Amino acid sequence: MIEQTDQAGTLLLTAENIGFSVRGKTILTDVSLQLHSKEIITLIGPNGAGKTSLIRILLGLSHATTGRVKREENLRIGYVPQRIQVPDVMPLRVCDFLNVAGLYRMDQCQQILEEVNCDYLLYSPMQNISGGEMQRVLLARALLKMPQLLVLDEPASGMDIIGQQSLYETIRNIRDKHDCGVLMVSHDLHLVMAATDRVICLNTHICCTGHPDDVSEHPEYLKLFGDAIEGLALYSHHHDHEHDLQGNIVASEHCHSCEHNQDMK
Amino acid sequence: MMDIFHMDSFILYALAAGMALALVVGPLGSVVIWRRMAYFGDTLAHAALLGVALAVAAEQLPMAGVVLIGVVIAVLLFWLEKQRDLSTDTLLGILSHSALALGLIVLSVIQSQGYNINLMSYLFGDLLAVDRSDLVLMYGAAFVILLIFSQLLSSLISISVNEELARVDGVAVEKVRFIFMILLALVIAVALKVVGILLITALLIIPAATARLFSKSPKQMVLSSVLLAAIAVVLGLYSSLSWDFPTGPAIVVSASCLFFILRVILSCKSEKMDSVSAE
Repeated sequence: MIEQTDQAGTLLLTAENIGFSVRGKTILTDVSLQLHSKEIITLIGPNGAGKTSLIRILLGLSHATTGRVKREENLRIGYVPQRIQVPDVMPLRVCDFLNVAGLYRMDQCQQILEEVNCDYLLYSPMQNISGGEMQRVLLARALLKMPQLLVLDEPASGMDIIGQQSLYETIRNIRDKHDCGVLMVSHDLHLVMAATDRVICLNTHICCTGHPDDVSEHPEYLKLFGDAIEGLALYSHHHDHEHDLQGNIVASEHCHSCEHNQDMK
Repeated sequence: MMDIFHMDSFILYALAAGMALALVVGPLGSVVIWRRMAYFGDTLAHAALLGVALAVAAEQLPMAGVVLIGVVIAVLLFWLEKQRDLSTDTLLGILSHSALALGLIVLSVIQSQGYNINLMSYLFGDLLAVDRSDLVLMYGAAFVILLIFSQLLSSLISISVNEELARVDGVAVEKVRFIFMILLALVIAVALKVVGILLITALLIIPAATARLFSKSPKQMVLSSVLLAAIAVVLGLYSSLSWDFPTGPAIVVSASCLFFILRVILSCKSEKMDSVSAE
């Protein structure tokens, strides 16, 4: 697959022909992609498409059955999982959670929480914070590492529209401020569009990838942006290949394999 | 009542041995609670009898046998858990009781060959019989345990919160888990003389659980549980000498009393706060 990016980012991670199967069941076949700094990539696809498996492989939490993942040397990855459950038997405040390894000063923790608009949580027990706050605290924890690559697994799951919008805005600001690459998994197509440089649609294999920036210049898109249902419809439009797909991305096998995108609605 | 300023040396030895134990059960007990490893501690304790019996047969230090068997159990558990078809508590049930039964068989065989082993002292501890060489061994082991534990603490906290996050952060999860299991085996070896095989888990769990009731952070819990374990040792030893209670059980009962007293006080307090905020 030929990858081109109009960003000036440096290459962080390359996946080559990743295949993954569990107990004979094929989860991923022949997935190749590159992640660059300063670029926000969103991974979308129906349930069971292998999104979580793919990011686990990229993170090194699982091993690909075939193919390989090449990370830049000493790549600092910040990982924001979907949600975590801190055991009730552990006394753990947000500041302890941020600073498990004891590497940071309290004012650094405070500052990073301000960046995700959660500085009032510094001394709250982890068990007492809400789902939305948890996402932001997880994000803050990832940011403390000054990551070159930020990986988020459905960061906005379980949030309302306002919360999602503000979270994506936060993520965009983080990219601008820290120049890191961002890879996120999402179902929230319409909102993600605005905060994404490239969309990868996955359904076992990569169905197609595209630049939503170009789509978002479309006057109809601008008119519809923010409207959940219409936004979703427009996304499908982008998918059904009547739209120019910036041919530099699409390899031949992709074009006729996108009947899956019906499943995504 | 005895005069604490004129204690006999065996009492001082007992107190010193109890303190060595308090230093290690607090920190490791906290992690045992976070990671829900109480049953694993119990398994190691049961297996310790086999270790003692083998060590006596080989004319080695009982402590060495306990640590060795602890390592064998940890390796076996690691391997069995990888097979994924049985849950950890089932596997521990198998290991725990197999080891105990095997220990009793080996013990009876070597007793019939003329070795003299006092089973009761290993089951319930024999704190008042601690001598100088025991103390040296116990403090040596405690020093090593605490040294390694302090290096490992942040990784242990990290994997207790979430293993995947820890792994992405570069913590060698399997290695840390394994080293911790070995440390636990060492603690069991230290505790053998003090409370005995049957009550070791109690000392791991109760002071740390008591500390959890009021602790705000992991480190506070670790430090408070050392203090609580030390208080339990002093109270237990004192009551044992005053009323001629068996020492190991007296220490455990003291620890439980601390737990229940604090539990009741804190529950009343939070109820009061609730009713105030309701008004």
